[in-house]
Amino acid sequence: MNGRTFAMAVGFLALVALPYWIPGIYYLNVASQILFYAIFALGLNILVGYGGLVSLGHAGLFGIAAYATGYLLQSGFGHSFAILSALVLGMASMALYAVLSLRTTGIGFIMITLALGEILWGLAYRWISITNGDNGISLHGRPAPFGFDINSAASFYYTTLVVFLIAVVSVAIFVRSPLGAALMGTRDQPRRMNALGYHVWAIRFWACMFSGLLTSAAGILFVYYTQFISPQTLALTSSAEVLLMVISGGAGTLFGPIVGAALVVIVKNVVSGFIERWNMLLGAIFVAIVILMPEGLVPGTARLWRLAWRKKMSTGAKAEAKP
Amino acid sequence: MSTLWLVLAVNSVTFGGLLFLLSAGFSLIFGLMRIPNLTHGSLFMLGAYFGATFVGGMLGIVFNFWIAALIAAVVVAALGAVLERFLLRQLPGQQLAQVLVTLGVSFMAADFCLMVWGGDPISVATPPSLVGFLRAGPAVFPLYRIAVIVIAVVVAIALWLLLDRTRLGAMIRAGVDDPDMARVVGIRVSQLFTIVFALGAGLAAFAGIIGGPILSVYPGLDQDMLPLALVVVILGGTGSLLGSFVGSIIIGFIYNFGQAMFPELAYFVLFLPMLLVLILRPQGLFGRFVP
Repeated sequence: MNGRTFAMAVGFLALVALPYWIPGIYYLNVASQILFYAIFALGLNILVGYGGLVSLGHAGLFGIAAYATGYLLQSGFGHSFAILSALVLGMASMALYAVLSLRTTGIGFIMITLALGEILWGLAYRWISITNGDNGISLHGRPAPFGFDINSAASFYYTTLVVFLIAVVSVAIFVRSPLGAALMGTRDQPRRMNALGYHVWAIRFWACMFSGLLTSAAGILFVYYTQFISPQTLALTSSAEVLLMVISGGAGTLFGPIVGAALVVIVKNVVSGFIERWNMLLGAIFVAIVILMPEGLVPGTARLWRLAWRKKMSTGAKAEAKP
Repeated sequence: MSTLWLVLAVNSVTFGGLLFLLSAGFSLIFGLMRIPNLTHGSLFMLGAYFGATFVGGMLGIVFNFWIAALIAAVVVAALGAVLERFLLRQLPGQQLAQVLVTLGVSFMAADFCLMVWGGDPISVATPPSLVGFLRAGPAVFPLYRIAVIVIAVVVAIALWLLLDRTRLGAMIRAGVDDPDMARVVGIRVSQLFTIVFALGAGLAAFAGIIGGPILSVYPGLDQDMLPLALVVVILGGTGSLLGSFVGSIIIGFIYNFGQAMFPELAYFVLFLPMLLVLILRPQGLFGRFVP
């Protein structure tokens, strides 16, 4: 068993046993938030990290899934129908996003996804007969998958954990799959990939759909967690928050977005206890990360660790060689 | 009924004029630096807040509306120059990082405005000389809206002269068309970045204060305006003055008529021309390159 597997096993056990060692309900709820935001960040990372496509409109997709769940439940439909429809609607919106924005990459992609996200925000805000405008939609109760009641904090945590683990494993499989490799190829050398006979557009499209699936799932968990959805969730700030999770943790790594989600959620929860100005701090962290540590925390720390390790090894070797 | 349409049409052109002032700078910055400046909505809002403060009276001095507008524009232009020099300049050639920095700064600016001016909307008084109405048969137009159209046209002509008839304009056009070649022939493109950024910031701020009496100033104004600038530039094409002008007028009409006819979906209708352009002509109506 090498170090990496060991660390993963310890992490897994810590997550499973979390409700038993964490000091209170409040912290348990923070942990649930971290997990569903991590799913969201994992979804965005597929595009940002592995596809090289930076989306600034993902909060719109997250919000569509959440709104669809809320609206259908309010209209008297059952939980399973609402969840399924929300997934389908989220994926359909992602397909529309992809068709429009995959005409370009780089800055053009950012611009179009940003505009699309803002349009969805505008719809949520102004289409009052469906979304109830600024007042948002409230939910009552959570579903009971397989007869398992998830209204308590601990049981909701476990539900989120199951979805989270499925997401992590599926992303890990995706990255190692031929499609994942091809996606990274289109990120690094789109023209060569095209010359080799890969359908660059289709590869990116399917990556988008996978990202949309994870994002929609996170949106559904979010709306069941907060029991409320309002246009604020779709705002550009939210898209930027999740992008910050991906970039601060380390885009293009499996665990980066998870670390980033934990960082952003904890900072947001801790800081909002002291100051009201979360956006000011969010903006400042964003600027600082982009300028000082563009590769993100996980690769950045790993690089420092390796550097320190190599130094120690080489000084050790020198010390041995001296006498 | 036709009077209503006429009034609506005038309002659309007015709004289009404001959009032009906002998006001309956005388009030039985009054309030259190849980045969408996501602080552009914030600069608009900052200009509006500064202008409102000057007009409302500061340190016991109540400024004339036009002087206030000019001062606000100059202050924000200086801010824009600082932003370009000290932040964007740190990331040369990294367009993605530059966009993300402008995004971070826009959040800080929004929070700054909320902290200083509070959450309540501030209404800006129409300048006293333009309070009246213009009558044309049965239709009545507020004089101020007509004045905004005139200002927008004057600024458009001035910008066109600057770009088409001066040495600086020729250098900017060279930078938009081919930045590398412009550098080779001895144009200091990085200096142009600062100038164009400051010019765009000043124009956005000017649009903010001029729009004050029509839109009023409120938190979230930045998020309302930025997508409009984006849509105008996608529609008109990046780096093209004519493109922003035509795009602004089109969006002004769609926005106003959309709001009158289907208020709940007004924001959504804006999306249609963008969609058509993206499918049929990805570089925009008058653009030279696909972003």
